[in-house]
Amino acid sequence: MQKLSAEKLQSHYRDLKNRKKSRLVIVHMGTCGIASGSEGVLEAVLSASEELGKSGVTIKTTGCAGLCSREPMMTVELPGAPPVKYCDLDGAKAKQIYAEHVLGGKPVGKFVLGAGAESLH
Amino acid sequence: MTKKSGRKQMTVSVCYGTCCVLNGAREVKQALEASLGRHRVPGRVKVTGGRCNAYCNLGPVVTVEPGGTVYGKVTAGDVEEIVKKHLVGGKVVKRLTIGEKPGLDSLPSLSDIGFFKDQVLIAMRNRGRIDPDSIDDYIANEGYLALPKALTEMKPEDIIDEVKKAGLRGRGGGGFPTGIKWGICRKSPGPDGKYVICNADEGDPGAFMDRSLLESDPHSVLEGMTIGARAIGADVGYIYVREEYPLALERVTKAIEVAHEYGLLGENILGTGFNFEINVVRGAGAFVCGEETALMASIEGEQGRPRPRPPFPAESGLWGKPTNVNNVETWANVAPIILRGGDWYASLGTEKSKGTKVFSLVGKIKNTGLIEVPMGTTLRQIIYDIGGGVLKDREFKAVQSGGPSGGCIPTSLIDLPVDYEELSKAGSIMGSGGLIVMDEDTCMVDVAHYFVAFLEEESCGKCTPCREGIRRMREILGRIVKGEGRRGDIDLLESLAVTIKEASLCGLGATAPNPVLTTLKYFRDEYEAHIYKKRCPAKVCKALIVYRVVADKCTGCQRCVKACPVGALAGARAQPHNLDQAKCIKCGACYEVCKFDAIAGDAIYVE
Ligand SMILES: Cc1cc2nc3c(=O)[nH]c(=O)nc-3n(C[C@H](O)[C@H](O)[C@H](O)COP(=O)(O)O)c2cc1C
Repeated sequence: MQKLSAEKLQSHYRDLKNRKKSRLVIVHMGTCGIASGSEGVLEAVLSASEELGKSGVTIKTTGCAGLCSREPMMTVELPGAPPVKYCDLDGAKAKQIYAEHVLGGKPVGKFVLGAGAESLH
Repeated sequence: MTKKSGRKQMTVSVCYGTCCVLNGAREVKQALEASLGRHRVPGRVKVTGGRCNAYCNLGPVVTVEPGGTVYGKVTAGDVEEIVKKHLVGGKVVKRLTIGEKPGLDSLPSLSDIGFFKDQVLIAMRNRGRIDPDSIDDYIANEGYLALPKALTEMKPEDIIDEVKKAGLRGRGGGGFPTGIKWGICRKSPGPDGKYVICNADEGDPGAFMDRSLLESDPHSVLEGMTIGARAIGADVGYIYVREEYPLALERVTKAIEVAHEYGLLGENILGTGFNFEINVVRGAGAFVCGEETALMASIEGEQGRPRPRPPFPAESGLWGKPTNVNNVETWANVAPIILRGGDWYASLGTEKSKGTKVFSLVGKIKNTGLIEVPMGTTLRQIIYDIGGGVLKDREFKAVQSGGPSGGCIPTSLIDLPVDYEELSKAGSIMGSGGLIVMDEDTCMVDVAHYFVAFLEEESCGKCTPCREGIRRMREILGRIVKGEGRRGDIDLLESLAVTIKEASLCGLGATAPNPVLTTLKYFRDEYEAHIYKKRCPAKVCKALIVYRVVADKCTGCQRCVKACPVGALAGARAQPHNLDQAKCIKCGACYEVCKFDAIAGDAIYVE
């Protein structure tokens, strides 16, 4: 990466914001998530993506999602739809979510914590 | 909507979910307020920051009540039309309405879930949304947009004024106004340079706000520090992280590297000529090293022990140079304040405590986790609405705030609005934001004993009243929980508390008696029961309780016999069992199986 100037930073921000949206799978991996098994969830998502297909899908990890007692958690965000948060996951559930929601477009209702985003000020 | 008397109270809600805000909800809200003012309707119409409705692809979303009209993809340019036609004229603006929720009707909405509903994110604005290892993710979410503003459009004094206007106070415990601290350090002459420090020692048991912030969003701390350094005139920064936080260390170290590559740290930042470096220092995890003077000694390679103030770090800090120490969360609040202005930040919170506070909510609570709420949120909202109530629906007894130097707040104060002033009025402190919820099965003397034992170990030993006084307190409490309490023990604890508080150099000693004092204030009867009746009302202190089998109720199922690790229970199948008190170690294993197993008869009790 070339060092940014103040102007280049602004245009970089705009480019990033206008990036084409892909199907996004987020595995929440703070210390609490990892302690309750989110590494297994990530592995399951990665192997499901190898097995079932990953074109147009972005898989990423973030820090803690806040609700430690319901970890491991994962969020699926498809273009044009609100993010859907899943909780109390394991590898098998994650794989099912990958197949049915990420690729199939239908949320797996029984594992859903809630749909929508958190509130900013 | 029918326009009856024209007097009906109307509410316009602007969704402030992350998606709507990133699509321009803040601008829409501002335009609404301005337009309502122009049309002289604010008396009848309220603009409220709404909650995420899960129409995320259609944001910014604006809802008008009564009538429940939902407008989507509203821009500031649409606002005048909505106000004129709908709010003044009573006609829905059809072109902007949106229909059904996008195929998610069967799913619960995050905004209906207690844990998320009442939270407002500023410090944790990117939680669960950005990859901490991706600087582009941070930038795409308005990260590093405050920095160029601070470096090119604002003078250092303007930055400090903005932080003062925000009313931001130190999140590391003391609550000192951040802008004032920066101002003092700026004015302090520093011909050989100045330092800024991020305090990520976080030694309170049960607290993990700072760890999580560094793990989830390291750039938010780096950006805040860089802005602060510019305001103060510092050229080098340190982040002091305890070694027990390997993931935080790894991510923040990586973030610093990448920020250098982007020209956001190092020499000539963003081509503005400003230079600033950040180094990471690993602490060995001593509680006292969170105290700022001990922390600086530790960075210098000396023993981590506090020294007298003055001189304050702002005058003579690290290696004798002017130094500004702030907590992780304090730093994480800086960039949004610069980007949106101090007034924006100060619009949340109470009179003297502005903005939001991050808490780690733990203990006997259903939803454990990290929460961020506006200052002034009540304990009841935090424990019941967000926390979901006490685990197993037991009775709420107290909440411990402020870590080991904090205090226990009883049920009678459950409606206390949480801010710096109210907590200290209740005898506790905000501390760094740990909240430990306790239920009816918690013994308050045992709790005090636990915290005092922690502080005895963590006292650096420099001041005799702290070193010896805390030890004596722990010994007395140790006797009381063992049933060896004596008449006069309570007086002795109270007089020791005064001496320790007054004669210790640093905050560790000055606050160490708090757990004892607040439990004595609110739960004195428990101390008295232990000392005079040799009973532990919460049935926790092993020396004071006995397990017994009620022969009439015992079904003779032998489950307790199997559960007992020391063979204290015996008895033939279908015959009432016997408990040998001489062998019993009071672990409670028999009690648990007897109470909760369907076949067993709930025949074991504690007294
Ligand atoms: C015993 C003791 C431990 C402390 N531990 C911490 C800590 O872990 N983190 C922290 O930010 N401040 C801690 N402090 C407060 C610091 O001394 C200092 O006030 C703070 O870092 C200043 O930052 P702020 O103004 O942003 O709160 C501690 C103070 C004492 C007396």
